[in-house]
Amino acid sequence: MAVILDPAPALQAASLRERLAVRVKRLLTLPALLVIGIFGILPLLIIVVYSFLTAAPYGGVTLPFSTDAYVSFLFQQDIFDGTLTFVPDYLLIFLRSFIYAVATTFICLLLGFPTAYFMATRPPSQRSLWVLLITIPFWSNLLVRTIAIMLIIRDQGLLNGLLIKLGLLHRPIVMLYTDFAVVLGLLYSFLPFMVLPLFSSLEKLDFRLVEAGYDLYATRWQVLRRIVIPLAKPGIVAGSLLVFIPALGAYVTPLILGGGIHMMIGDLIAQQFGSSRDWPLGAAQALILMAGVIVALFFYVRNTAGKVQHG
Amino acid sequence: MLEIGNVEKVFGQGTGAFRALTEISLEIRTNEFFTLLGPSGCGKTTLLRMIAGFEHPTSGMIKLDGEDIAAKPPFQRPVNTVFQNYALFPHMSVAGNIAFGLEMLGRPKGEVAATVGDMLRLVRMEELKDRKTSQISGGQQQRVALARALAPRPKVLLLDEPLSALDLKLRKEMQIELKRLQHETGITFVFVTHDQEEALTMSDRIAVMSAGHILQVGTPRQIYDHPANRFVANFIGDTNFLEGRIVSRGAGGARVELASKAMIEASLPDGATTADAVTLVVRPEHAWLVPGAGQGVLDGVIDNVVYLGTDTHVHLNVDGGAAFIVRRQNRRDSVEELAPGMRASLVIPDGLAQILRD
Repeated sequence: MAVILDPAPALQAASLRERLAVRVKRLLTLPALLVIGIFGILPLLIIVVYSFLTAAPYGGVTLPFSTDAYVSFLFQQDIFDGTLTFVPDYLLIFLRSFIYAVATTFICLLLGFPTAYFMATRPPSQRSLWVLLITIPFWSNLLVRTIAIMLIIRDQGLLNGLLIKLGLLHRPIVMLYTDFAVVLGLLYSFLPFMVLPLFSSLEKLDFRLVEAGYDLYATRWQVLRRIVIPLAKPGIVAGSLLVFIPALGAYVTPLILGGGIHMMIGDLIAQQFGSSRDWPLGAAQALILMAGVIVALFFYVRNTAGKVQHG
Repeated sequence: MLEIGNVEKVFGQGTGAFRALTEISLEIRTNEFFTLLGPSGCGKTTLLRMIAGFEHPTSGMIKLDGEDIAAKPPFQRPVNTVFQNYALFPHMSVAGNIAFGLEMLGRPKGEVAATVGDMLRLVRMEELKDRKTSQISGGQQQRVALARALAPRPKVLLLDEPLSALDLKLRKEMQIELKRLQHETGITFVFVTHDQEEALTMSDRIAVMSAGHILQVGTPRQIYDHPANRFVANFIGDTNFLEGRIVSRGAGGARVELASKAMIEASLPDGATTADAVTLVVRPEHAWLVPGAGQGVLDGVIDNVVYLGTDTHVHLNVDGGAAFIVRRQNRRDSVEELAPGMRASLVIPDGLAQILRD
């Protein structure tokens, strides 16, 4: 009697195994999802709820629900007759933070691009050494490094001392507690976050395309503008995001180097949860910042992605 | 005309120095299809990159139409390159790639558009002009690379093994295409390849290179029929070598005695060897086999008969050791009268063997 083998069960077993494998792989993401859920999404929801509550006298929140926090972001309510007057103080701090962050991102790009290009054109054996050197600042604490900058640029600091000793200056230039100090601090903190994505993008660049550019009568500047920069765009986008977003919310740097005069959003929000004891306002400001970042990102990414495709 | 005079190229310095090119002198005529042929590492690509301007000679001159261009950067030379991997710009369309060189030269918009249109027509890519270069096939990328390099109308077009990434059928098509383009544009083509068959079919003249030297320059026919030395003979086509001894010399030829004591009339190129012990080179299609012994210059036993469609190759073990391959073109009515193990005689007509210089 001939034995007829039915292939169906075997096939079923195979597809079952495949589906199981997919399911196991999905399980691998579970720890990360849990961490993000518990420590990311949940606090965010709490913040949303807090922003619609009323401030308790000694910190914390209490009922009833209200939108006062959002109103007081732009307006001040008169204690006696309840009329609202427009007060742009918070808005100005937001605007300043935005300008600081944009300036930091732009200068990081200007400084980081040549550095990353230099690294990417080294022989492969030397590149990991350069990456290591770029990460050296991460080996010590940001606070320590920021205070070190303070020691360098203060009136009696290293830089002024040196310039006076050399006879180039008679009295120190005031650098600490200025816009310059804050942007310098931000620049120093976030430059590696620009260099590393730029490097990884430039490292993948096929330098034969650069040769092809030269061959087709492009000068060095034209090769950079028409070939290298468009092809490094993913790195430019990633680096800019990695610098802009944390720079916008920076807390330690403006606090120490801005001396509380040149306040940024991070300090403002911290203040609401600290000395001002107005948690709903702090929560509202944090959410407004987040909404602003999301909108800005949306336009930035849509814009640059379009340029990559059509450039 | 492209003149290369006494060009030398040394990479590195001191003990690590590597001499890539030695005493290279060439004259490439206007509108010539000139091929640099040699195995990988022979220096042909270095020479090409020097003409393009990516490398600069350690010494010597490179003149294009009388002007020394050896020190000029690539973007100041009227020379364009078709790169081995095409090096098309991935962020530009097909038309954008072709327009690039013209835009860099600052040509007016209308002229750029017109030339790009002409080029697209020339390489038959009009329908795909808006595609991205990653969305077209290898053969199409090849055409775009050609159009991009031809668009600025260079005086010299350099091609660095441009066909090596294509499959056989496409390669054959592109060989014909390249000849057509060269004919239609009137531009000098300098073509680098390690494929001797490609070199023979396409070139007006060939320079055979090895280890940084030029060994021979000539038409495909000169190089095939009269190889200057053992390397050229071996590198171009299949070759048989026979040892012999010169008995008497005449004008352009000599009488040579083979191991079997048989005499053969061989051609002797000018300036060739003065020694009496010489090596003869015989192309497989310049000899034939007759069944039985004693009817030709050498006897032997047939080792193998290989049928190749258009041809049959017969491998003969000549008495005394050497192997010899004879090629015969197949006809519809050919009857195979040779079989492995048979004794056969090798017939080499007078004048078809050549004495090598080394």
